Amino acid sequence: MLSETPILQLDGLSKTFNVRPIFGRATQVEALRNVSLSLHPGRALALVGESGSGKSTVGRMIVGHHRPTAGRILFEGRDIAELTSRADQMRYRQAVQMVFQDPFSALNPAHTIRHHLARALSLHQPEVDPEAALRAILEDVELDPISTPAKFPHELSGGQRQRVNFARALAVKARLIVADEPTSMLDVSIRKSILGLMQRLKAEHGLAILYITHDIATAEYLAEETAVMFRGQVVEQGPTASVVGAPQHGYTRLLRAAVPDPALRLTGSDAGFAAEAQRVRAASVPPVAQMRDVALGHRIAEHAEVTHA
Amino acid sequence: MSALLSVEGLRVDYLTAHAPFTAVRDISFEIRPNEILGLAGESGCGKSTVAYALMRLHKPPALVRKGRILFQGRDVLSFSDKELRAWRWSEVSMVFQSAMNSLNPVMTIFRQFHDMLRAHGPVTRADAMDRTAQMLEMVGISADRMHAHPHQLSGGMRQRVALALALSLQPKLILMDEPTTALDVVVQREILQEVLRLKDKLGFSVLFITHDIALMAQISDRIGIMRAGEIVEIGAAEQIVSAPAHAYTRSLWEAMPTLAPQMEGATHVV
Repeated sequence: MLSETPILQLDGLSKTFNVRPIFGRATQVEALRNVSLSLHPGRALALVGESGSGKSTVGRMIVGHHRPTAGRILFEGRDIAELTSRADQMRYRQAVQMVFQDPFSALNPAHTIRHHLARALSLHQPEVDPEAALRAILEDVELDPISTPAKFPHELSGGQRQRVNFARALAVKARLIVADEPTSMLDVSIRKSILGLMQRLKAEHGLAILYITHDIATAEYLAEETAVMFRGQVVEQGPTASVVGAPQHGYTRLLRAAVPDPALRLTGSDAGFAAEAQRVRAASVPPVAQMRDVALGHRIAEHAEVTHA
Repeated sequence: MSALLSVEGLRVDYLTAHAPFTAVRDISFEIRPNEILGLAGESGCGKSTVAYALMRLHKPPALVRKGRILFQGRDVLSFSDKELRAWRWSEVSMVFQSAMNSLNPVMTIFRQFHDMLRAHGPVTRADAMDRTAQMLEMVGISADRMHAHPHQLSGGMRQRVALALALSLQPKLILMDEPTTALDVVVQREILQEVLRLKDKLGFSVLFITHDIALMAQISDRIGIMRAGEIVEIGAAEQIVSAPAHAYTRSLWEAMPTLAPQMEGATHVV
């Protein structure tokens, strides 16, 4: 189906954190357990899961905040752990950019938008006319190219700030954007427009997007593929239409059923949901013994010991 | 049915260096006994300011400029400090967005219950412990966790503790300001069903504040939509869902990323 090499490939990635509190015993937290995923240029992969499922750890390992305990991260076929020369590392950091959840803390409050973007432009595209490039990039993310450069972050709304963050990724000519909950701090009414922006960047610039979210409803808007994580493991992955539309793993079905649906009235007498949630969580914790194909490209985890319904 | 709480022409200003900023513009609504009233709107629309003003928890520079808040016919704005302290929690309580911020991190769960019970009347340690155990069991936490500190509990459990605290004195009204926004959808659903179950059992009213109107539609009896300090539309939940009258309500629905209908059967796992 897709012949070209993936831009990003995670191969059996594991991460164990050693937690040493000031008081009490040191413990080990298995944040990621044997995660394998791949992402192609011009496509988006949604990584969905509850808080603590390890989805943000995946993002932070891709941009190099954490080193894997085991497994490899391949960028265009090369293991990023082998990018030892400064030139290689620079190229990687330029190609892979992160957009964070909190649009305000990602921008320097003491500098104008011009400063944020012009620096990136002059470092990474020294050959172009900086003013013209600045205007073009702002237009690309649907911000006013005339008034925006002189503004400070606090003069912009959350949605506009998030657009600046995407503009900054464009300014360095990123090819892969790791977007960690880019819409969850924004108002519902502008959430869709940021998803629309990401959709357009993907289509027009051929960007690959790793979209990390807890909101399975937004995955359908953006991502061709979806992977669902629970307690550090991928429990289900495949084409979004099939993973979100017809989930097979117990945890994905639970997640899908819990998305607020205005047509479904909740009642106090329905104890079934809580009981089911508890059962599914318990069944989804044991290590994944194997991934089983349920449809073309759609795979679900089979857990050791306990099997799900 | 007479109202449990009625708000008449409430205006709340924030004093600034320049002209005062009006966060809540002359709004009126009522909450009936045993009713869940939802208040929805974007951030900055004034919905949290309404909740704080109702409990008189607003602090300067926020100022109630005019209007009346009547709780079972009594004028809340004229309460003395003493009356206010007795009224809060025993008749109206509040659950905040972040339970971590509303629970004291250096006190065990039991001590927080004990503190609150003592503030509302003499109580022995043994009685307080019984009551704490009973309340925790009621929200689905085993009683032996009362000796834990908040950081030893998960986010969902902390929010359940906050709910148990708010229910302890059997108030008639609970204000919930984005009570589940920090939680994932599965835990959110579990907690809200818990609230509904307890409401059926104990009987209380809820003012439920959130920006998630789909969630609100699932549990509210009536819904008010706020924009820029005003209630633009208020009505039965079914009407707000199926036949919104105001253009702004329709635009809120259109902006919601919703799931396409599921391909095969089962809209519900259970």
